[in-house]
Amino acid sequence: MPANLTLAIVAGCLVAAGVYLITERSLSRILVGVVLASNGINLLFLIASGPAGGPPIIGYTEKSQMSDPLPQAMVLTAIVITLSVAAFVLTMAYRSFQINGHDEVQDDVEDARIRALAQADSTSESYEEIRFSDTGEDVVSE
Amino acid sequence: MNNVLAVPVLLSLLGAAATFLAGRHPALQRAISISAVAGVSIVAAVLVGMTDTQTLTLWVGGWPAPLGIVLVADRLSALMLLVASLVSLAVLVYSTGQDEDEVRRETPVSIFHPTFLLLVAGVSNAFLAGDLFNLFVSFELLLFASYVLLTMGGTRDRIRAGSVYVVVNLVSSSLFLIALATIYAAAGTVNLAQLAERLAVLPAEVQGVLQALLLGVFSIKAAIFPLSAWLPHSYPTAPAPVTAVFAGLLTKVGVYAIIRTQTLLFPDSSLSLLFGIAGLATMVVGILGAIAQVEIKRLLSFTLVSHIGFMVFGISLGSAAGYAGAIFYAAHHITIQCTLFLVTGLVERVGGSTALDRLGGLAKVMPMLAVLFFVPAVNLAGIPPFSGFIAKLALLQAGVAEGTPLAWALVAGAVLTSLLTLYAMAKVWARAFWGEAPQRTLRNIRRFADPAIGAAMPGLMMGTTLGLLALATGFTVAAGPMYGYVSRSAAALLDGSYVLSVLGGGG
Repeated sequence: MPANLTLAIVAGCLVAAGVYLITERSLSRILVGVVLASNGINLLFLIASGPAGGPPIIGYTEKSQMSDPLPQAMVLTAIVITLSVAAFVLTMAYRSFQINGHDEVQDDVEDARIRALAQADSTSESYEEIRFSDTGEDVVSE
Repeated sequence: MNNVLAVPVLLSLLGAAATFLAGRHPALQRAISISAVAGVSIVAAVLVGMTDTQTLTLWVGGWPAPLGIVLVADRLSALMLLVASLVSLAVLVYSTGQDEDEVRRETPVSIFHPTFLLLVAGVSNAFLAGDLFNLFVSFELLLFASYVLLTMGGTRDRIRAGSVYVVVNLVSSSLFLIALATIYAAAGTVNLAQLAERLAVLPAEVQGVLQALLLGVFSIKAAIFPLSAWLPHSYPTAPAPVTAVFAGLLTKVGVYAIIRTQTLLFPDSSLSLLFGIAGLATMVVGILGAIAQVEIKRLLSFTLVSHIGFMVFGISLGSAAGYAGAIFYAAHHITIQCTLFLVTGLVERVGGSTALDRLGGLAKVMPMLAVLFFVPAVNLAGIPPFSGFIAKLALLQAGVAEGTPLAWALVAGAVLTSLLTLYAMAKVWARAFWGEAPQRTLRNIRRFADPAIGAAMPGLMMGTTLGLLALATGFTVAAGPMYGYVSRSAAALLDGSYVLSVLGGGG
């Protein structure tokens, strides 16, 4: 099966641009990246379906001239999914903007805390020493 | 008769539609969703019985054999479906008990039930899918439901956690699509049974690329180190029932997909060494992360990652015993991890917090809660005679039987991880349940004297947690027959009967 080089290069460029944007912090840029990348991936399906042919309708196109309908069905599904992804991520970016004044993906607060503790070479508060005394009363040093 | 295969998916989808319509009547909504998921559980139980003698297939829409979409249930799918639906049912009942609590925190309950049912539909469809594209669609279905559930209420924390979760899963979905396009280009089909025949004749390098792509995608879903960082970041902020169902089901769907594609499409795997190392790293790094945490939900998220490593351990061995151990472990772990998160929800309600340094003395003020936490905690760590011990023993035996240096390293890693899990659980126990209750906790408990707030531990919430505990204990009591079942399913995974029953019967 001869593969279409132009399609492959275009798909590659789209995915590369998408990946670059996904590495950004801002959700709206990430969304643009995802949309670009998924368009590139949809082109991959076109490559996978082989050389272009006529519409796959019986009685309209010769059987040997038809293009493969299955990848087109998959691409349609993928487009619908990307559309709903776009809607959801936009909502989330807007909500994030409402709350924080920006739409950036943030660091985990807890991770940052543990990292700071590790740098300061100290333990967290949950490592209080617990000793058990004979009087039946536990002594917790705080 | 094979039409029964479509019922779990249909029932939950129709239930989702009905609960949407009943949005203004919470009681009706609960009744619909609980009966839909109960229906799914019953069908799954029937399927477990039926698939023990034969693999069921359903060509949806009556298309001739290799053309349409096929639903397949073998022992593995049926067992996973049963455990998953029982756990979802428990979580649903639990959340009903928690509703008053949730209303107080302004979580829109009307959207919870439809989304939850869509999640169940996605999970059921993933277990039954007989072709890769259908698997992709079910992943998207359950992911979308999970996006909504995770960011429910749209609070600051949930949006922060949700954005990471959504972006990671968007990337993995894109990779999945790339894998699908590549596989279709290479083999001309996405039907799993046909792929099993056609991929085997492809050049080894092409097979390697396809396998690496699929494994990468599923490893993100299953949170296998080094692709696991998103999980402890995003799970802990969601409401307790949501975290519980995510922890129980979503990663296990990834594990299921790995087992299915590894056994069916790439039986002589060239990546098992790499996969074994990833499993070892998942176990050890995950549990070390858990020890560093001071918040119960985060700690449990890390143990979740860590224990995924046990399943990877079993899968990487590639032997029937290894797969049997991994499947048993998955069934056990779904139940136990979910129970622990539900108990954490109770701890949060009673203690007013899940941070270890704000809790204490719960065993004295709420002995029942202490029992509820203690039993699944030691089960997770693998103390005999609980199911965790049996599952770990099966994996260790499979590893020892393999006898390679990597298998021994995995065995050692698994034992170390079990001990460290015990340490992490002991830490929670010592900090949250022993000692004197701080004033803060006592104040919070006194709040429940007001009848408007309800009991400290509502009957439904406690009852379902007990029910899940009983299910986990059932795994221990019925370990013999159940281990026989998973051994048969593991043997069937490796002898190629899947392809025969999908393509041979024609249906």
